[in-house]
Amino acid sequence: MTTATPVRGARTASMAQALNSALRDAMQADPAVHVLGEDVGQLGGVFRITDGLTKEFGADRCLDTPLAEAGILGTAVGMAMYGLRPVVEMQFDAFAYPAMEQLFSHVAKMRNRTAGRLPLPITIRIPYGGGIGGVEHHSDSSEAYYTHTPGLHVVTPATVADAYGLLRASIASDDPVVFLEPKRLYWGKTEFDPALPVEPIGRAVLRRTGRSAVLITYGPSLPVCLEAAEAARAEGWDLAVLDLRSLVPFDEQTVCEVVRSIGRAVVVHEASGFGGAGAEIAARVTEKCFHHLAAPVLRVTGFDIPFPPPMLEHHHLPGVDRILDAVARLQWED
Amino acid sequence: MTVLDHRHPAAVPGWLPGATGPRSDPAPLLPDATPVRVLGTPALEKTDPELLHELYRRLVVGRRYNQQATTLTKQGRLAVYPASTGQEACQVAAAMALGEQDWLFPSYRDTLAVVSRGVDPLEALTLLRGNAHTGYDPKATRTAPLATPLATQAPHAVGLAHAARLAGDPVVALAMLGDGGTSEGDFHEALNFAAVLNAPVVFLVQNNGYAISVPLTQQSAAPSLAHKAVGYGIPGRLVDGNDAPALHAVLTEAVERARSGGGPTLIEALTYRIEAHTNADDATRYREDDEVAAWREHDPILLMERHLAAAGMLDDALVRDCAAQAEDLAARMRAEFHADAQLDPMSLFAHVYAEPTPQLREQADQLAAELAAEAEVHH
Repeated sequence: MTTATPVRGARTASMAQALNSALRDAMQADPAVHVLGEDVGQLGGVFRITDGLTKEFGADRCLDTPLAEAGILGTAVGMAMYGLRPVVEMQFDAFAYPAMEQLFSHVAKMRNRTAGRLPLPITIRIPYGGGIGGVEHHSDSSEAYYTHTPGLHVVTPATVADAYGLLRASIASDDPVVFLEPKRLYWGKTEFDPALPVEPIGRAVLRRTGRSAVLITYGPSLPVCLEAAEAARAEGWDLAVLDLRSLVPFDEQTVCEVVRSIGRAVVVHEASGFGGAGAEIAARVTEKCFHHLAAPVLRVTGFDIPFPPPMLEHHHLPGVDRILDAVARLQWED
Repeated sequence: MTVLDHRHPAAVPGWLPGATGPRSDPAPLLPDATPVRVLGTPALEKTDPELLHELYRRLVVGRRYNQQATTLTKQGRLAVYPASTGQEACQVAAAMALGEQDWLFPSYRDTLAVVSRGVDPLEALTLLRGNAHTGYDPKATRTAPLATPLATQAPHAVGLAHAARLAGDPVVALAMLGDGGTSEGDFHEALNFAAVLNAPVVFLVQNNGYAISVPLTQQSAAPSLAHKAVGYGIPGRLVDGNDAPALHAVLTEAVERARSGGGPTLIEALTYRIEAHTNADDATRYREDDEVAAWREHDPILLMERHLAAAGMLDDALVRDCAAQAEDLAARMRAEFHADAQLDPMSLFAHVYAEPTPQLREQADQLAAELAAEAEVHH
């Protein structure tokens, strides 16, 4: 496993390094920012995202907690009530579940319960998704649990630059943010410049323009969609790829503008399809763009099964072929 | 005879590096064998008479508050009221043990503690009236919203106390829980975090015998709930939960211990829920009248009156004055709650996020249109 090192200025970095830089810069900029979680201190986190933070800021600012997720998040709630800006690390997607009651009943609702008097600026970082050969309970795509809970923002970067920018924006947000990190993208390196202005959360971005159809996606599925778009050229399709970056708030305006201009859309994510984020997006796009659509909005998702054992996960995760199959079903004959 | 023969200790000398053996003596953490009492003991004479009078006043006013709120539920003016009738000593002592700068983390049965802390008695009831979730300002009153999910407020108290300690502020957090709440995972996690972080926090468990209908014997097999403290390495205290000055003394000790860096304390107060769980509950289905009658003889107000009178510390003027204050409060509650609540449906969208999402703006527009259409029909 690579160790994240501090990043300064425009350079090539992995998503893990960019996230590490974002935490470090946020902690430097604001003494209210405190990191807490399991193994985040001396070890630097199992993915090394908090590497070096305890050394630089002390154990009080980057705290190794007892192993209890509800306790971690509940403690963060109290810290936020006292004016701190906690950043919680949940070690893996499925290990965040013990904290669900704190998240759903308190973190998501406290602003509302107190008529705005007690906002909770908490960022909950969760490495999520499959594709890393993890054994069970290490590969869940849990985003729909969070998007179905009013009061939470749900953000997920797909690029190194967004990992930095969106994490800074999430920590700066006065609302709680569930920050989903696509763990299979942690180690891919690209150029990024942390000095670039931080974009607000809630804005989708067109990663690739195209005229045939648009693939609407986020997080770990973005590289798969870009690969599919490249492969589709051989089939004569010119595919656009839209990266949502934030599921809540959902950038309906950008999504609808793109869909209306193209007329065909496929939503792609690796989470199970039934009741998933893609179902909401497809329904919304259909409601708002119906007269501009040449075909029903299709979904390419993981199957409605518990996440498979690592040797079988490639059958579950949407790949280029499954995406192109969906594109082929977009009623081209009409 | 098993292979584990304790008469012959193993020959392994101590622990290998990195392993952790017993690290401290649990004996000092154990609660007293019998609950701490002040009333009827020599400690009463040493207690400040002004404190006793203030406790008595708050008990009497608090009892009337509980009664009036219960009546208002029967009149349909409150949606629900989990009364702390019989537990008033815990309620007022908890509030009085805290300083201005300290924080209270109440459960849903602790409205009276919230009021005793100084929160407006009517604002404290918005949740149970049903017109707003939390009527008071938690930051201004340093009182967290009433927690309906069990024990979830306990880790909040730990986090707040931890943050205050990091800031160097002499702030203590007091979390109030019930016996049923001690079975929740959050109770365990809060005590463990508090102990590990040495957070200035006090946990007050009001053991009122029942979690709705389930008696304590089916809730826990611990020697006492206070004994649970030992497993976390913090002291447990057992106190008569209907003895207001005893509660005040034990709580004040724990609060000052926390404030001076001594860490958390778990206090179990033995008390009894005289009313049903709420107005929607029927307590005759799970407990005998005799049991309730026995506890009525150990009522916190009765105990205070009996022992203060015996010590010559209770005069008629005080009794009359407290009763009058209680009636004033009850009248204010009736006047306010018999009037219809002022409601703003559009406020439903105001505090979901700092800035409403585009989707929430759309839904707010939809509700506004529905309200406008309704208004048109009515005119």
